[in-house]
Amino acid sequence: MFRNTYDSDNTVFSPQGRLHQVEYALEAVKQGSAAVGLRSNTHAILLALKRSSGELASYQQKMFRIDDHVGIAIAGLTSDARVLSNFMRQQAMGSKMVFNRPIPVNRLVSAIADKAQVNTQEYGRRPYGVGFLVIGLDHTGPHLYEFSPSGTSFEYFAVSIGARSQSAKTYLEKHFESFADCSLEDLIRHGLHALRETLQQDKELTTNNTSIGILGLSGVHESAGTSVNFRILEGPPIEPYLQSMQPKEVPPPSSASVPPPTSGDEDVQMSE
Amino acid sequence: MDHFPTNWGRPKYDGFDTNATYPFHDHGHNQSAAFAGATQHTQQPIVTGTSVLAIKYKDGIMMAADNLASYGSLARFKGVQRLHPIGDYTVVGASGDMSDFQYLQHVLDGLVISEEINAQDGHTLGPAEIHEYLSQVMYSRRSKMNPLWNSLLVGGVKDGQRFLAYVDLLGVTYFASTLATGYGAYIAQPLLRKAVEGRENTLTEPEARGILEEALRVLFYRDARSINQYQIATITANGVDISGSLKLETAWGFAEGIRGYGSQTQ
Amino acid sequence: MPDMSAIVNPQQRQFNPYAENGGTILAIAGADFTVIAGDTRQSEGYSIQTRYAPKVFHLTDRAVLAVNGFAADGNMFVKKVKQRLEWYRHAHAKDMPLRAIARLIQTMLYAQRFFPYYVYNILGGIEEDGTGAVYSFDPVGSYEREACRAAGAAQSLVQPFLDNQIYFKNQTPAQGSSHPAHLPLPDVLSIVIDSFTSATERHIEVGDGLEMYIVLAKGRTLPDAVTTLRPQELPSSAGDGERVFVLKRDLKKD
Repeated sequence: MFRNTYDSDNTVFSPQGRLHQVEYALEAVKQGSAAVGLRSNTHAILLALKRSSGELASYQQKMFRIDDHVGIAIAGLTSDARVLSNFMRQQAMGSKMVFNRPIPVNRLVSAIADKAQVNTQEYGRRPYGVGFLVIGLDHTGPHLYEFSPSGTSFEYFAVSIGARSQSAKTYLEKHFESFADCSLEDLIRHGLHALRETLQQDKELTTNNTSIGILGLSGVHESAGTSVNFRILEGPPIEPYLQSMQPKEVPPPSSASVPPPTSGDEDVQMSE
Repeated sequence: MDHFPTNWGRPKYDGFDTNATYPFHDHGHNQSAAFAGATQHTQQPIVTGTSVLAIKYKDGIMMAADNLASYGSLARFKGVQRLHPIGDYTVVGASGDMSDFQYLQHVLDGLVISEEINAQDGHTLGPAEIHEYLSQVMYSRRSKMNPLWNSLLVGGVKDGQRFLAYVDLLGVTYFASTLATGYGAYIAQPLLRKAVEGRENTLTEPEARGILEEALRVLFYRDARSINQYQIATITANGVDISGSLKLETAWGFAEGIRGYGSQTQ
Repeated sequence: MPDMSAIVNPQQRQFNPYAENGGTILAIAGADFTVIAGDTRQSEGYSIQTRYAPKVFHLTDRAVLAVNGFAADGNMFVKKVKQRLEWYRHAHAKDMPLRAIARLIQTMLYAQRFFPYYVYNILGGIEEDGTGAVYSFDPVGSYEREACRAAGAAQSLVQPFLDNQIYFKNQTPAQGSSHPAHLPLPDVLSIVIDSFTSATERHIEVGDGLEMYIVLAKGRTLPDAVTTLRPQELPSSAGDGERVFVLKRDLKKD
């Protein structure tokens, strides 16, 4: 697939100053099905597209609960995600044990970013092949972070990762200014619209292939009390949200939803 | 009398102080072997501070302790500060072994550096977090049978919430609107409860100060390991303030009129 | 002649890692409910340390744990049980069943067999078959399921009373009738309240406050006689499952 001299070891730079193993790890994230995250002043939500290996197979898990105030959506290698989410759960519980305080979300994300960075520098290791969207709630309000295997983390108003996530980003960039004051229902509708952009031509969002993760007060379609805790909606409970979606606008030919070609690929040929 | 100051006398009755927060008076008699073992665990306190008092009042928490560190019955160090600020919202007051307390100050100052100064992300430690952390340290040390020989009070105000709690060498914790450690638990606590309970939200700062000063005065009259110099810490929404060393006003004129002690016969 | 006995038998006072912090706990199982209760006084010797230190803890939608003995061990033990339950939730996406929590507690206690948690545990709640259940433990993990149990400072005052009122010991039913297998909730609450007011009266380490947790089986509602006491309902994770209520009462503070 790739032909290259400088990609067999993650501790060796290419003459262009790049770490190819790390970039291949980022590619593993792009191969995963898409996940979208966005936030308002009151809520942070995640939406993810679940894949299944066949008609008779179950759908892969795309979201994990870390603590009452933290949840993640993943794109990439699920097994790597389980290792990292387990680490995040340990960190969260450690904070409860030692300080009796929910772990600050930014520190949790920094902790996994630092862990991932080690794998980009030490001999004999490989980078994680998974990217996270992390939502969290603390006394400063709701937050949304992206974590990637290169060891970086950033906070966002709205973001997406995974296959065809550029199309979702385009939608989010067009609408994000209205998110701050959105109700939970409107926020989820925007999220679904963005997630829909990542679908293949003949596919659509269904109760089977969609996961929604929510932090913040429960909305009108939810039954469970007044909790602000992280919960994952799957199956029939997401039907009312799917119903609320607007029919898709037909894009004019050669629109911006085609991702721009990446620049500077001088020593790598990546095949599709 | 011998030249071991810890043998220089203290009340023989030790039922009042089962944890021996006062120096241990009767040592084993094979003292030459005391340091023969590979590791030594604290079995008794050496240089000790006596009571710490604290109450809730309208604007926050007020805590008081005197400036004495005793070496057995010897008033060894007379300018010791036993109230220590941690971060921007908390004060820890200590009775018991002063070297263990200095170690704890070192640990807590390091904690604030790693948690607040290094992170600089706006997530700061309040009194509740400091107290939980301290409890874990104290409990884990007691579980290693190597306790830090202190009774500590943690007081503070954060996000408009007052916090006042106790933790000791066993890891035992509790919360109340008035707290006192050591001898103060017997002598000052009843006075504090009578003056404070039910009035936590109305007591003014001068009133709270008066209550603590009066309790310190009674302790100075009755506790042989106390001194008439003290400090008061106030923790309010405006932050931590620890006073300089203050002098307790005491009156001894009444002693003239007391009959029945010593050589006086009538 | 100086006293040589001290030299012959050197006296060593060792650090004692335990304390006894008083208080009493109690749980009674009904047909489709369980009541778990404890006073809120924490003491050492003749000193009241605080008038409010909870000894009863809400674990899951259908399990409540009461802990009595050495307070530092008790709080640490509850914290660790809660963390184990959280890991179970992560792994299985549901709450641990009551009988599994009981076995977990025995394992955790026995793991400290040679430096025990100096605590008496009583676990109460609803089993998977919908019945009320009480499990009682000793400090090193021996446990059994029972209909009722008292533990702590006033165990010797309260347990005989429960034997008489719950198990009908030393009572003979009227001709042609028999004792009921389970008492209704209002009767159980009355017995709990009477137990604690009596223990407060006769034991110096009991008093200040009383916290009663009521766990109701799926689909059951509180009888009117209990609703009028205005119990507070605790939030549950699923809307239609078991429900937990708390009732607080004052006890004498002297």
